[in-house]
Amino acid sequence: MDHNQENIRNFCIIAHIDHGKSTLADRILELTSTVALRDMEDQLLDNMDIERERGITIKARAVRLLYNADDGKQYVFNLIDTPGHVDFNYEVSRSLAACEGAVLVVDASQGIEAQTLANTYLAIEHDLEVVPVVNKIDLPSAEPERVCAEVESVIGIPAMDAPRISAKLGTNVKEVLERVVKDIPCPKGDPNAPLEALIFDSYYDSYKGVIIYVRVVNGSVKIGQTIKLMATGAEFTVVEAGYMGAVDLVNAGFLSAGEVGYISASIKSIGETKVGDTVTDAENPCAEPLPGYREVNPMVFSGIYPADGAKYGDLRDALEKLQLNDAALSFEPETSAALGFGFRCGFLGLLHMEIIQERLEREYNLDLVTTAPSVIYRVTLTSGETVFIDNPSNYPDPASISVAEEPMVKASILSPSDYVGSIMDLCQERRGVFKDMKYLDETRVELHYELPLNEIVYDFFDALKSRTRGYASFDYEFMGYAPSKLVKLDVLLNGDVVDALSFIIHADKAYARARKIAEKLKDNIPRQLFEVPIQAAIGGKVIARETVKAMRKDVLAKCYGGDITRKKKLLEKQKEGKKRMRQLGSVEVPQEAFMAVLKLDE
Amino acid sequence: MNKGLYIHIPFCRRKCTYCDFYSLAGNEELTEKYTQAVIRNIRNYNDTFDTVYFGGGTPSLMSGRQVYDILSAADIADDAEISAEVNPDSATPEKLRDFKSAGINRISIGIQTFDDNELKMLGRLHNSGQAVKAVKNAQRAGFENISADLMLGLPYQKAETVTENIRRLAELDVRHISAYMLKVEEGTPLALDEKLLENIADDELSADIYLEAVSCLDKYGFHQYEISNFAKSGYECRHNLKYWRCEDYIGIGPSAHSCYDGRRFAVPRDIDGFIHSDVQKVIVTDNAPCGLSERLMLALRLSEGFEISQAGNHSEKLRAAAAPMEKHGLLKINNGRICLTAEGFLVSNEIICRLSEAVEEG
Repeated sequence: MDHNQENIRNFCIIAHIDHGKSTLADRILELTSTVALRDMEDQLLDNMDIERERGITIKARAVRLLYNADDGKQYVFNLIDTPGHVDFNYEVSRSLAACEGAVLVVDASQGIEAQTLANTYLAIEHDLEVVPVVNKIDLPSAEPERVCAEVESVIGIPAMDAPRISAKLGTNVKEVLERVVKDIPCPKGDPNAPLEALIFDSYYDSYKGVIIYVRVVNGSVKIGQTIKLMATGAEFTVVEAGYMGAVDLVNAGFLSAGEVGYISASIKSIGETKVGDTVTDAENPCAEPLPGYREVNPMVFSGIYPADGAKYGDLRDALEKLQLNDAALSFEPETSAALGFGFRCGFLGLLHMEIIQERLEREYNLDLVTTAPSVIYRVTLTSGETVFIDNPSNYPDPASISVAEEPMVKASILSPSDYVGSIMDLCQERRGVFKDMKYLDETRVELHYELPLNEIVYDFFDALKSRTRGYASFDYEFMGYAPSKLVKLDVLLNGDVVDALSFIIHADKAYARARKIAEKLKDNIPRQLFEVPIQAAIGGKVIARETVKAMRKDVLAKCYGGDITRKKKLLEKQKEGKKRMRQLGSVEVPQEAFMAVLKLDE
Repeated sequence: MNKGLYIHIPFCRRKCTYCDFYSLAGNEELTEKYTQAVIRNIRNYNDTFDTVYFGGGTPSLMSGRQVYDILSAADIADDAEISAEVNPDSATPEKLRDFKSAGINRISIGIQTFDDNELKMLGRLHNSGQAVKAVKNAQRAGFENISADLMLGLPYQKAETVTENIRRLAELDVRHISAYMLKVEEGTPLALDEKLLENIADDELSADIYLEAVSCLDKYGFHQYEISNFAKSGYECRHNLKYWRCEDYIGIGPSAHSCYDGRRFAVPRDIDGFIHSDVQKVIVTDNAPCGLSERLMLALRLSEGFEISQAGNHSEKLRAAAAPMEKHGLLKINNGRICLTAEGFLVSNEIICRLSEAVEEG
């Protein structure tokens, strides 16, 4: 392609969930005629079913568009879609690094949300030109003037002349594209320098191997060239180099400074192509990798087990396949006395965990039992040794612990000011430490708290939403470890510890949590032939107790005229139902019970 | 070995509110054609029967003559038990005398309860007075082997009503009592009556009523030999025992079931089809009945229980699975047999599931 850099605009769209990012992207695609209308599917950029259903973007994606601007010239637009969720913060940051500008979409009635703000700050940190756009002006509750003023005061960029659009109706979308041309700078790389390209996404294609999405910063890349991935040192020969059409990849054979495109080079494993890594020429490498690369580390861990033990191999295959497309997913085999063979999996956050579970169940048709999510605790033993604990079962004997520490996060919450009281209550319940609060305008506040990660991994976001009638938004980043009074809470059924139900908790919260867990289990374990005592204990000390009463009646009393077959079928069905239960010692526990204990907020 | 013969009589004056058995109200004029169809079918088998059971429906809507013709068509062993179910409202002295001379030697009367309110609620056509009279009529007609049906756990029912019912039956000197817990069947009028449903005994109460009934029956000399069946010694229903002991039986009539030649069969619930075909249509419901876990399921319904050695190399596993249940009083292991207690019968589905897993694994 011989577009020179002056005619290239690389940009992304920053928006809160539901503020209309995907709809705007669709309208832009239409206006640039990239996709024939018959190929249009709503929200084209979000490929995965789950993304469509949840209305979120999980993985960054990109597309090349051609735009005929009012100045008579044709421009190449590279639109890079970014995940909006806090779990995928690092991927956002890499996507931003591939752009010169960002279109900030703000809902005309709801204003700025925490994630938008976090991502906008991130964009400004990356020196991106931010183009504010006010969307959904067709809604009766739209207040574009107020929202523009908010953008100016909160973010500190001029916004009074921001395009007022309705992506849904297509109103003023062209104005957004003109702003992209005028306000966002063109890339200024050196096409003759050694190759330097940033990997901002990758995925596994079963025919071509790993496809990497890159932004070429300097130099160029072409078919046949030997490239080197700087973080891993791995070298590959380029098989294809080109750009992303709206529907297919287009193998142009060549990518040059300033361009956004893809490279395929028979790469077998996605682990070798880490997002954020730099691609360079193997013979003539650049001096330094591009800045900002870091390993992404899972923050939340949970045991995933096949409901049917015989499906262990299938689960492993499925996890391996998912990992091909998701380097942030980690897993290693573990065994549970209660659940048998499974995997301890690491996730970026709760949403990531839910998505993986859902994909395993939906795309790989697996029934899963998942243990309570845990964070990684840092424990210094009296011997001086430091261990990291991601599985409550491995928590050391308290007598051998010198210091126990838990991960802390910096959380920022944006909300209408009416809810400040309930948010503060919530954060306090979750052992949060208040840092500061500032008013964005008369009605909206931003609160900063330091919170233990283990207080937010279960249901913090849901609780926040329900206490603010859905108005508050939330973002967090990891800040480090802090000493904490931690205890391991065990659950005993019929006197036996169920390892899969153990978890680590702050001592002050153990009693209340223990009672709730015992109650939940009581509600979720069906009556059995014998009474089942449920106990929650710290060390040997029982702190909560419930009982599942013995079943009194379960009988097919009448059997008339010798219809044995029906009776047999009924019993077969009953036996079949038992297969969906976990046999823990002499107690049968339905899989739902494991999930139910995770949902403790009333 | 001799087989059992079950003859289904799918006629009723009126359907009871709880009943989902195959029977049609107001089709009594069909009885003659029906009798002929039954006879054609019986002639189709070359078996000797040592038990015969007329069930329904309402067999007492048949005439003595019809019953006689049917029995004459069959090869019946000398000492055969020949039962007929009757409803109190059609158990007239004449009918019972006719049945007696037709060859019936055991009468099972659908009394259900002596509480007139309960009878009305169930949609029964008789009252308690008629129930008493039916027993006496049967005795006068020369029947000694008389059974009565009782229902347990009716809406609003108290345990005292049940024990009172048992006392009265004992006083009437019946020899056998079938005591069934009410089960609400889908599609019956009872299943649609929300007010009654709300007042049906819950599991706790019906379990209490059942246990009370079992001990009361025992007090009057009716020993339990099956989950729902109780008898004075020697008056156990031999026909019903065949079902639980995996013995052969042939069922005739729509909705009847059979087990012979190593298969189980069902006759479609279609009276016209039955009357108009030479030989009844049968559907195979099971190609390999009476396997180990089925025998276990059936035997555990009986007080005589299941002989552990029949489980072969699974015997030890079976014993191990039964041990904690024995500890909790749900069963007893006597002379190498697993026998459920009354408490065990109440949760027999669960027990059977668990024990049959032990004989199936590996």
